[in-house]
Amino acid sequence: MNNLRNSTPDCVYQPQFIDGHALSIPTFTLLQADGCLFPRARAPNLNREQALKIYHSMVFIRILDERMLAAQRQGRISFYLQCLGEEATTVASAAALDDKDMIMAQYREQGALHYRGFSLTQFMDQLLSNEHDLGKGRQMPVHYGSKALHYMTISSPLGTQIPQASGYAYGQKLRGEPNITLCYFGEGAASVGDFHAGLNMAAVLKAPVIFFCRNNGYAISTPAHEQYISDGIASRGVGYGIPAIRVDGADALAVYEATRLARELALSGQQPVLIEAMAYRLGAHSSSDDPSGYRSRDEETRWRSQDPIARYRRWLLQQDWLDEAADQLASDVLRQEVLEALKIAEKIAKPHIDTLITDVYAQPTDLLHSQLAQLKAHIRRFPEAYPLSAARCK
Amino acid sequence: MAEMNLLQAINQALDLAMARDKDVVCFGEDVGHFGGVFRATSQLQEKYGSARCFNTPLTEQGIIGFANGMAARGLKPVAEIQFADYIYPAFDQIVNETAKFRYRSGNEFNVGGLVIRTPYGGGIAGGHYHSQSPEAYFAHTAGIRVVIPRNPVQAKGLLLAAIACPDPVLFMEPKRLYRAAVGEVDIAYYETPLDKAEVVQSGCDVTVLAWGAQMEVAAKAVVLAELEGVSCELIDLRTILPWDQDCIVDSVLKTGRLVISHEAPLTGGFAGEIAATIQQRCFLYLESPIARVCGLDTPYPLALEKEYQADQLKVFSAIMDTVNF
Ligand SMILES: Cc1ncc(C[n+]2csc(CCOP(=O)(O)OP(=O)(O)O)c2C)c(N)n1
Repeated sequence: MNNLRNSTPDCVYQPQFIDGHALSIPTFTLLQADGCLFPRARAPNLNREQALKIYHSMVFIRILDERMLAAQRQGRISFYLQCLGEEATTVASAAALDDKDMIMAQYREQGALHYRGFSLTQFMDQLLSNEHDLGKGRQMPVHYGSKALHYMTISSPLGTQIPQASGYAYGQKLRGEPNITLCYFGEGAASVGDFHAGLNMAAVLKAPVIFFCRNNGYAISTPAHEQYISDGIASRGVGYGIPAIRVDGADALAVYEATRLARELALSGQQPVLIEAMAYRLGAHSSSDDPSGYRSRDEETRWRSQDPIARYRRWLLQQDWLDEAADQLASDVLRQEVLEALKIAEKIAKPHIDTLITDVYAQPTDLLHSQLAQLKAHIRRFPEAYPLSAARCK
Repeated sequence: MAEMNLLQAINQALDLAMARDKDVVCFGEDVGHFGGVFRATSQLQEKYGSARCFNTPLTEQGIIGFANGMAARGLKPVAEIQFADYIYPAFDQIVNETAKFRYRSGNEFNVGGLVIRTPYGGGIAGGHYHSQSPEAYFAHTAGIRVVIPRNPVQAKGLLLAAIACPDPVLFMEPKRLYRAAVGEVDIAYYETPLDKAEVVQSGCDVTVLAWGAQMEVAAKAVVLAELEGVSCELIDLRTILPWDQDCIVDSVLKTGRLVISHEAPLTGGFAGEIAATIQQRCFLYLESPIARVCGLDTPYPLALEKEYQADQLKVFSAIMDTVNF
């Protein structure tokens, strides 16, 4: 433990300022764009089955994103948010975890959720806010969560999950659990006060948490260079006394390996670790955004050549683990399945009107009961004005 | 005069204020070149440069703390909080700092030039994190002004008055009406007083009071009530803090009845404060209990938004019940 006040200080006799840019953290990468490993790189210890599971989740999410964005444009869902170009960051990191490690995400991490086992139907039920949605249709599309899959339900206010992840991990530590918490957030969210509070708390209290920053270059229209000066987010971990690594976010193998090692460090050392994955948000921020107003086609095209799925796919082909024809067929089938699942989910009813007052407290209060009764009486008076619930208002 | 929507009126107000006074500076998340996620600040960076209109890092706490500091130096920061739902990280800066700067220093320092703009309210399928109407939290904070326009004419005049005001102002913009509310707006500079309600329509049977986006709902309810032969006086409160008690009192003394409607949940909502005051000042003139039509005491839902809202039928029912008490 480095306690400046108890040790002999390291003194200099000329004033010396440490330049903010002095620290330059390298990027850990394994896979080249052609699917070959870099000359001195070693592939992580992944077997065929695991490697394909990672691939399958990345492809699943890409197809889901593509179809659901189209569905949003057709007015079938109100909002959507894709993770185009960032599939490797979240899928490969989730793959390096134990299934019981808690994940606390921001909103662009559907890949990790799919890897954990969230089904196509579950995705659809949430996106359509129907009565089968685990969140009971209360949140906007893409705010997923599943207790069974150890995936904390997403909250929109940015960064709030960061100090919570520190606390959750500390709870795991007190319980003596062999698990950690992994917390995803964007480089934009790393500016909120909660980020600094959360990292410092975890460092001081030695919480086994992995802070995983998806640095995709933009927070809506704001480019990273208007978000922070100096060396990205990884250097901030260093400032808080937290071991940090920067990794190529378009390289599934490097992300997997970095996360695997971070987990070992967090678990064995019972301490926080920070990962900064460098990627690019290839798509719009959300279905409400148009990036042509703030960045160039050229820039996007340059990043398209870094496609994490294509890169990883080439590696799999070189391993002889993937059959091209079968892969193509599987993608076509999946596209069809997504559309069918959407059609089914669309037909499922909205949540019952009684759910308006549940889960506010463990039990609805008397006041809430009477407000609901009043509302139902009102709806009975004007049934045609409230199509969804009118028939359900006994 | 020119026809414009509420967003354009806000944009024009900011443009005029920046042109008149170089101390006016606009900033917030995505506010710079992009012009804000709703485009309220579009073209301002092009016109006034990136020192006076800029993106900030993503930190509401930082934005308002920074704005407090700038205003203490005598500048006029117009800080945007992208959604009112995300104002809470800045709550400490607003409640403990913005509101108390002048008081705690014995007027040695103040942050009078500060305006915080933020889109608020529901009806946009935004669920509980893109729909809140937090005016009541701030109404409990002496030292700031809370202003909510309902249309482009008001938005422009009130925003210009807010920027010129020697007190810090929280300016809440009804985002549901950003493009929906359109009107003829004077293109010259003008200010609208910050502490006056507006009698939108006079009537004699019942006073109907609302503000911001809820005015549209109240106006529709008034039309329904009039079809039933009820004459309504419709009032827009416009400023929540400090609020125009006399205007409401005068109206209720005439009509003897009051229906107040807001989007936010009932309990602890600003309608409660109004009801208590009017009950005290108009007790002997009231012909029926003051009615409140508000959101339920729950977070703002997504799937059942239509049922949840204090819509025109609910306001209409309350008007009729009040009149027929
Ligand atoms: C506290 C808060 N402020 C503002 C917003 C609005 N908002 C939603 S996403 C976003 C940008 C986030 O950028 P980043 O964290 O880099 O993640 P990315 O979208 O790039 O994945 C903003 C400003 C919010 N959700 N919460």
